[in-house]
This record gives sequence, C-alpha cells and structure tokens, in this order.
Amino acid sequence: MRSGAARFLSLFVLVLCLAIGGAAQQVPPVGTIDARVGLKAGLHDAGEAAKNMEHIATMPKPEGFFDPAAPAGRGSAPESQQAGRGENQGNRGNTPPGQPPPFDPVASNRLGFTNSDLAFTGNHVIVGNYHGFNTYDVERPNRPKLLASIVCPGGQGDVSVHGNLLFMSVEQTRGRLDCGTQGVQTAVSQERFRGIRIFDISDINKPKQLAAIQTCRGSHTHTLVTDLNDKSNLYVYGSGTGAVRSAEELTECSGKDAKEDPNTSLFSIDVIQVPLAAPQNAKIVNRPRIFMDTATGNIAGLWQGGNHGEGTQTSRMTNQCHDITVFPEVGLAAGACSGNGILLDISDPKNPKRLDQVTDPGFAYWHSATFNNDGTKVLFTDEWGGGGRPRCRSIDPPTWGGDAIYDIVDRKLVARGHYKMPAPQTELENCVAHNGSLIPVPGRDIMVQAWYQGGLSVFDFTESSKPTEIAFFDRGPIDAKQMHGGGFWSTYWYNGSIYGSELTRGIDVFKLKPSEYLSQNEIDAATLIRNEELNTQEQKKITWPAATPVALAYVDQLTRTKSISSDRAKAVKSAMEKADGVRSPQDRGAAAAIEQLNNLAAQVDKDAAAASGRDAMRLKALADTLNGRAARMK
Amino acid sequence: MYPYGALKTLRSHAILAVFAIATLSGVAAACRTAAPANPAGTNDPRPPAVPIVQPGAPGEPSKVIAVAQAVDLSHVQATEADVKFMQGMIGHHEQAVEMVALIPTHSTSQEMQLLGKRIDLSQQDEIKMMKRWLEVRGQAIPSEHAMHMHGATLMPGMLTPEEMSRLEAAKGREFDRLFLEGMMKHHGGAITMVNELFATPGAGQEVEIFSFASDVDADQRMEIDRMGAMLNAILKERH
Repeated sequence: MRSGAARFLSLFVLVLCLAIGGAAQQVPPVGTIDARVGLKAGLHDAGEAAKNMEHIATMPKPEGFFDPAAPAGRGSAPESQQAGRGENQGNRGNTPPGQPPPFDPVASNRLGFTNSDLAFTGNHVIVGNYHGFNTYDVERPNRPKLLASIVCPGGQGDVSVHGNLLFMSVEQTRGRLDCGTQGVQTAVSQERFRGIRIFDISDINKPKQLAAIQTCRGSHTHTLVTDLNDKSNLYVYGSGTGAVRSAEELTECSGKDAKEDPNTSLFSIDVIQVPLAAPQNAKIVNRPRIFMDTATGNIAGLWQGGNHGEGTQTSRMTNQCHDITVFPEVGLAAGACSGNGILLDISDPKNPKRLDQVTDPGFAYWHSATFNNDGTKVLFTDEWGGGGRPRCRSIDPPTWGGDAIYDIVDRKLVARGHYKMPAPQTELENCVAHNGSLIPVPGRDIMVQAWYQGGLSVFDFTESSKPTEIAFFDRGPIDAKQMHGGGFWSTYWYNGSIYGSELTRGIDVFKLKPSEYLSQNEIDAATLIRNEELNTQEQKKITWPAATPVALAYVDQLTRTKSISSDRAKAVKSAMEKADGVRSPQDRGAAAAIEQLNNLAAQVDKDAAAASGRDAMRLKALADTLNGRAARMK
Repeated sequence: MYPYGALKTLRSHAILAVFAIATLSGVAAACRTAAPANPAGTNDPRPPAVPIVQPGAPGEPSKVIAVAQAVDLSHVQATEADVKFMQGMIGHHEQAVEMVALIPTHSTSQEMQLLGKRIDLSQQDEIKMMKRWLEVRGQAIPSEHAMHMHGATLMPGMLTPEEMSRLEAAKGREFDRLFLEGMMKHHGGAITMVNELFATPGAGQEVEIFSFASDVDADQRMEIDRMGAMLNAILKERH
C-alpha cells in the first residue's frame, strides 16, 4: 500500500465509510484524545481504533456457540444505574405488580457460550469456549477458515495442545463425562465431569474423547509441563478455583478449612501425569502444598485475605492458583494464586517447590503470569472485578486491575513497575488485565495483552519499571445502553500474527505495523520465529537465527538509544546483505563475505566491551549474529 | 470461505464493489462491515458451516448434532433453587451491612473499623451483583428490609432480632466480641447456603451462579478465619 493511487483509494473508501455511517469510528485529531475514547457501540459494527497495527480479519462465532435469540447475550444496566435500592425491580413487561414475572430462559445462561483461551498447532488455532471449542485453519491469517466445531460444555474450556492430544479445562457443575448439554440433574452423579479432558485430535474434524481426569474443584485453567528428563510422560498442572464437590461424588474431596482437615482439597494444585504412550491412563500423581508456611507446616501459609492497610485493595485469600505459567528450560514456574504471586522451582515437575511469594497492595486477584524470554522477570496480572466489571474507567487507579512487573533476582521476586492499558473505558465495557503472550522481538521484552472490552495493548517492558505502549486495538462497547460481557479473553502472537479470542464477537487477527516504537526489522525478526505448536502458559526459550532481520533489529535498537555509529550500522547492513547474496560456500564471494562478517563481529564485540547494560547485551547479541551468519556459510 | 459471507449485509452492489476494492488494497480495517449478528438461527434450514461434533464419554465415539441441539441449554438454566438462593442471600448480606454500620459508633478498635469497611464493600458489591442477576432474569428482587418483617424466615446464620438488639446495646470490647461471634456465625450460614445449593438436584449449574456461589464460599471462609484470629486476641486480653 505504498502507491499514491492506493493511498487515494483508501482515503476515498474511508470518506465513503464515514458517509454511510456504518462502522466507521470518529477519529479525534491526533495528539488530543486517545483514539480509544468515544467509540461507537455495536456487536458487529462497533467503532474501532487501532494504532500501529492492522486488523486483517474478523469472524463471528459459528453456529452452535451463541444463542440465536440473543447473540450478544443479555445485558444489564451499568453499575451506576443498577437495581440499587428499589423494590421488585425485576418486574418488567406485563407482569402485574406483586407477582413474580415469568422466568426469562434466554437471559439465564448468558455466559454459557463465552469464548475463552487459545492454543495453536501447525496452521490451526483452537479457540476454547465455555461450550466446547472451535478449530480454525489460519494458513492464510487474513482468511481464517472454520474447520471444526466441537460441543462439550463445562467452562472455562481453556485449551492446550500436545501433538495429537488436546487438553481442556472443565469446572462447572453442568459438565458431563459424555459432553452432553443437558447438565446433571442430581446432586451427586457419576455422570458429572469436572476436571481435565483429553481429546485425540488426530482427526481434527472429529476429535474423540480419550480420557477425563476428575478433580475436586474442577479445572479453571491448566498448564502443560514438559519434563526435560522424561520424554515418556507429560505433566499437567490443574488449577481449580470452584467450590469443592462432595465426597459422595468423588471420594477424596473435602472442602473443609485447613485447620479442620489437613487433607482438604483447598490449598493445592493437581499434578496430572500423562503417559504419552497411553494417555488414557493419565492420573493425578500429586497435590503439592505449595502455599505451606515451611516454618510452621501450616498448609494455609500465604495471604490470609483482606486489605493491606488504609486505602489499599482487598486481596483474596490464597487457597488456589488461578493460573500457572511454566518455563521448563529455566526450571521455573510463576503462579498467579489468588492473593499471591509465587515463584516455583519445577526442575522436578511432579514436585514443584515454592521459592518466593509476593503481594501487591493494588492487586485484588492474582490471575496470570508471563516470563520474559531470558527468564529474568515475571509479569503478573490482576483480574480485579473478575473480568465482568468495568475496571478501566478514568476513576479506577492505574495500579489496580493491571500488571505488576517483577525482576527475578537470586530466585526471588523484586517489584519494579506496573502497567495498565492507558485509555479510559466506559462503564459499559468490562475491562481489566487479562491474558497475553510475548512477541518474539530479539533484544526487547514485548508483550501483547488482552483487556476484555479495553481491547488489546502491545507494550514494551524491557525496562521493568517503565513499561510503554507500542500499539493497540479497541472497539466500542457491545451495546450503547446496557452492559454486556465481551472483549478479548486472550491475544497471542503466533507465527507472525496476533490472534484474539473475543468472548462474544468471535475471533480477530492482526498484524503489527512499524512505528517509531517498533521497526519493520524488529517485526520481521519476530516473524522469523515459527512454532509448530504453542501453549502460552508453557513458555519455550526463543532463540533467533543468525539472519539479516535479527541483526538489523539490534541495529535499530542501538540506533534508538544512540549506541551505534551510523557507519557501523551501515557496515552491518552491507555485510549481512552481501552474505545473503552468496548462494553456496563455493561462491566466489563467500570467503570475502565471511571475513567481512567476522571482522565486523570483532569490532562490535569491542563496542560491547566498552558499553554497559542493555546496550552491551544487544551489541554482544549483534556480534554473535554476525559470527553465526558467517558460520552458516561455511 | 467466510461462513456467513461478510459481504451479505451490504446495502448495495455499488458499496459492495467499493468494499471489495478496499479489501484488495488492504484497507478493510478502515471500513469494517457489520457482520450479521445472527446469521442462521435455529429455524434456519441451512446446515451449519461445518458439522457440529459432540464427542462421547472417554472411549466412546463422537457424533454429529444439529444446531438446535447444540444450543439447547434449556436443562441448565437457573432453577427455582438458584433464584431462592440469590433472593435469600441478598437479605443475608443486608444484615451484614447493617451489623457493620454499628462499628463506627460502637467500637474503638482500628482493626474493627478496617474489617467493617472491608465487609461493607464486599457485601454491597455482591448485593449489587445478585440484584443484577435477578433483574436480568426477570426475577423479583426482595425488598431491602424484607428480613425485618414479622414472621420473615431467617436464612442460616442470620442473627435473630434479639441477638441484633444485644449487639446494638453493647459498646467497646464487648461489642467487638459480640460482633465477631455474630459475624462468624453469619458467614458460616452463607457457607451452609452454598452447600445446600450444590446439594440441590439441578441447582448451581448455570454459569454465573456457579462462579458466584464458589466465590461466596471462598471469601466467607477467609473472613471467618480472620475474624477468628481477632476474636482469640480479644479473649486473651480478658485473661
């Protein structure tokens, strides 16, 4: 889109769009108001604002995954106008006063079809849903194609994938072993399922349920854990947050307090072992007491609930983890566990051991975690209000309902900074920090994160204490008058695109655009990273190839901090391009190109020795890339 | 193919043509068209874009089901027990708010003041949520002071009018003790209500009530623990 004609055409289209009304947003003058403020409401025609990214595809939810009578679900009055003090406000329509109105079945299960977390395998995106999951082919990311719709209710329907196995979390009491939609009509039932399902997806169009591991609190989320020393087993950490079921239904379950019952099902996670040769034999092998006070042996040893003093947030008691992110190659896991953020040693995946725990006076509910690629920091999120409430209004504190960034120093968490999507949202938009993933730009820590109806925000947290926004996308509320649950559950980078699962609207795909904050070379370097499979909660170490975009990405970063001379920058570009022109080691120019790269690398190494901090690291990485490129030609 | 054809809702062929060009030139984002909200309802005779598959229990085969069957949540709607639970819990929470309102004038303890603010906030917030839940489902919202009415049934753990009067008459440390004992019993009642809900056939399955009841269970347990510790400290002071 670089020609004058195309630019004219796009302007023409934009004007026409504005003229016909439709979805076009009101774009405020640059530099005055954030473009995310004042967007028009709508389910599939809401106003949109984007900065430094392009929205390349959107697809509504497929049939079977919304209520045809109420595709957007049912709304409710905004918090400020809610039922409040009046009497019998439920009486609406033609019901005579004093009589209960007829039950409204559509309104009842309005969260029954919510889209949830994402997993990726090959060209496929798997979109979890409280009602099952959908698989899309994204070989062409701008043309996602629905491949399969699987109905298997029980929420949240968080999904992970490992080869031909698909894992899915089920927590609700309506969940059934047989994936039925009819719920369970007795209080105690062997037909009920709450826990982790395993499907065989070798036939992607027609998955088959292989196993269903029952757990006491069900599974709100789960995390796959690779055991680097044991290829025959896979582990799953199951995090249950729901009410504990009765012992009549599942023998070992107890919802009692830690003091009353040392075997309580609270205060632990479920560690499931999956023998890969026989996944149907998967079973719980441990319920580690990771909240134990090791001095006293009290299994309820972490945050007891309550606030942190006058004017601080009330944090929930730590008797559960909401989500755990593991990083097997660095032997660590970060648990977002209700009232605490915790750091775990998982060198023995079956027996995670707590290394440290933190609280934050602005955090209501520790929700999820993301490591940077070096494994030297963790970003935790706070799901204040549970995800259903508007918590990004101008009146909401910027350190509440956002992210807290910690450096890992000597295997301890050290608080550094906070980040919250900066544009104020309306009270009709549920908004709070939610799931995100790293964007694999070498030399920087960059993340894309979902904020429900606050849209998505791409930001840099290389400086832990000074996170800065790079790009965003946002829509107006689902409805202009009523509050409807919606927005992004997860936004993850996968093989060059950003995928978003929208609770109510469907899925969206985005591309990053270069800007002063992020160069085309940096985007190209990130796009070089191709995964065959991706589960965001199991981080894998990213290593960048010795390729031109990677070298130029470092150069751009060093240029930005004025830490490289323009001559040196030009020399890097020229040496890498010359190397790219060499087709085989026998080429006439090969030896010269190798020599040029090695000489330049030696100079850049010297530059690195003279520099400090982040610049020194980038210079060193640049020198390694130059040498690596030379080695590839031999 | 795009299921539900994004172009279907466009208003005229002229706009369609422009939109197609816009798509080609990569500026679709500048003018995103309204996708149909409800492309094919259950009455639509067209088959879904892909067959909807319902797996069986572990080891059992999967089968293809119809759209109408896929979206049938009629058996997991909120039940009468769910509605009663919410209605009862509103009165239950309102008593907590009423008890807490006594703290500023009846207690001198800083810790009690903080506890009171905390309980007040969380209970008010949950009352709003419960009222909204009932309102959205077209159910009656109990009047604010229904629990004071003569003959009103007290929900589990709620203080009797006599117990409330005793609390109102107490001051200082005696008030603190009565308050903590009363609120622990009160919260214990909420847990009983949650247990009874989940023990009722068919109840607690609807998505929102499931997560709300789970939260009530966890939060009240936590507060009971905190109040227990405070109460122990008071009882020790006496010796």
